[in-house]
Amino acid sequence: MSAFSNFWASYGSVVQFALINMILAISIYFTLYSGMLSLANAGFMAIGAYLSAVLTIRTGLPLPLGLACGGLAAAAVAFLLGLPVLRLRGIYLAIATIGFGEIVRIFAINFDKFSGLQLLGGAEGLAGVPKLTTPAALLVTLLVLVYLLIRLPRSRTGRALAAIRQDENVAASMGVDVFRYKMLAFVLGAFVAGLAGGFDAHLTRFVDPNSYGFDAAVNILAYAILGGTAHWAGPLLGAAILTVLPESLRFLQDYRGIVNGLIIVVVILYLPRGLVDPKAFHRKETPHAEA
Amino acid sequence: MFWQQVVNAIWLGAVYSLFALGYTLVFGVLGILNLAYPSIYMWGAFFGLVAVNTLHLPIWLALPLAMLASGLLGMLVDLLAFKPLRARKAPELAALISSIGTSIILINLAQGAFQAQVSRFPFETFPVQVYTLGPVTITLLQITILGISLAIMLLLGWLIRGTRLGQSMRAVAFSPVTAARLGIPVERVIGQTAFIAGALAGAAGVLLGLAFNSVSPFMGEPMNLKGLTVIILGGLGNIEGAVLGGFILAFSEVMSVAYLSSDLRDAVAFILLILILLFRPNGLLGRTTSKKA
Repeated sequence: MSAFSNFWASYGSVVQFALINMILAISIYFTLYSGMLSLANAGFMAIGAYLSAVLTIRTGLPLPLGLACGGLAAAAVAFLLGLPVLRLRGIYLAIATIGFGEIVRIFAINFDKFSGLQLLGGAEGLAGVPKLTTPAALLVTLLVLVYLLIRLPRSRTGRALAAIRQDENVAASMGVDVFRYKMLAFVLGAFVAGLAGGFDAHLTRFVDPNSYGFDAAVNILAYAILGGTAHWAGPLLGAAILTVLPESLRFLQDYRGIVNGLIIVVVILYLPRGLVDPKAFHRKETPHAEA
Repeated sequence: MFWQQVVNAIWLGAVYSLFALGYTLVFGVLGILNLAYPSIYMWGAFFGLVAVNTLHLPIWLALPLAMLASGLLGMLVDLLAFKPLRARKAPELAALISSIGTSIILINLAQGAFQAQVSRFPFETFPVQVYTLGPVTITLLQITILGISLAIMLLLGWLIRGTRLGQSMRAVAFSPVTAARLGIPVERVIGQTAFIAGALAGAAGVLLGLAFNSVSPFMGEPMNLKGLTVIILGGLGNIEGAVLGGFILAFSEVMSVAYLSSDLRDAVAFILLILILLFRPNGLLGRTTSKKA
């Protein structure tokens, strides 16, 4: 047991960050699974982080309720954003969502000034968030999500999403309500990203408006791309590797960030289905979630 | 006040257009949204900075040298990040993701090589000269940048409409398969397009680095959303459209800062982007197909 507590003393925070990143990877899995490349999840994460932190600081709400509110707020914003942008396909959807994190940042920084309230901390960020995130809470959340992911491919929803990924027009002609299912995947992803944002805020005890920009969006994407979306374990493995790897590459110093970029390029060029590919052994030429 | 804003907007519009030209050219010919383009722009600024600071070249030599270097960088990016995907006929989102990875690599390389802080061109790089015309003031640097940008735009227009290379580029943009059957060396034309786009990015990098007197590994990111807005406004792959889009964005930004609030500046591009995607996804000048050069 002491070996474990030694390990936890040194690596506990890395493990918790890895768990949060796994939740984030799952959040983008939903959209990728239905063939949509949305880069808005970092923005949804920010919404979840801000709202849950404000609630726990101001009203002393317990963490689960704060998280739920943060997640629901992110989902509600996703619904409003999705009404227009989910009619776009392919790179147009990617472009339309690329600036969303930036909009959330501008809103967060200017909110206090325009509203006259002292809520979000402006450009300095929101400090003094209580440290409420526990490893157990993270694990339970992750297990629930993994259970959902395992069930997904065999459910009616999962089949509809897979059909949309393979060919939107065919799916529509088979009677799949394409827009509704896309919206479902988008809103679900936003809810999960909002949860992850809340966990993150209550672990680092701080919400920094600048940490949910393009970089964050790309990192989330990298988790899912590295692991692949052909199997539910893909995003989990991708997030774990990309969280732990930078810690073990400190000797590279300023060049450390290159590794994330290299991984994305190499995986997309040579392993387009990601690391976790159940069909790699008995290869069938079926188009799957090739990103 | 108003006329000063108009002058500022014209100048900024020329700069945005210059930046967006290469961005839209790559899309038009290769059908790729190259998100590494703003990073090539950033490297172009650093190439210019190295030419001035380390090689002690005058700016009129440093600019073409930086364009050459960033053109080669553009070709290298195409060779490493896009060519293997073309060979495999991978879906278009694969190239987009590959370009995101390339962009991260380029930014971190710059961070390792030049540190994360802001670098500047030496004070004497360009003579400081201010002209006053009635209510309007403008610097020699602004006039020069406007002139160079317009010259490059005209040159590019001639290259595409009036030369054999331009003809081949338009053929590849229309259909790589048909172009290949007609005996056009498609891969070579794509390589040349990547070079031209890279050189345009480099020119924009040096000129904007001079204009804002700041060069940093992160200077590409704020330009990215603006660049995307500009090329979507004009219609992806549409050269004239990119010029028009650059001026529309510049006018919207300058006027909203002057008459509404400076906090809105960064939101303007995103709002324009969403509006145009919703109502005219093929751009203001777009025809029914979005792929053309």
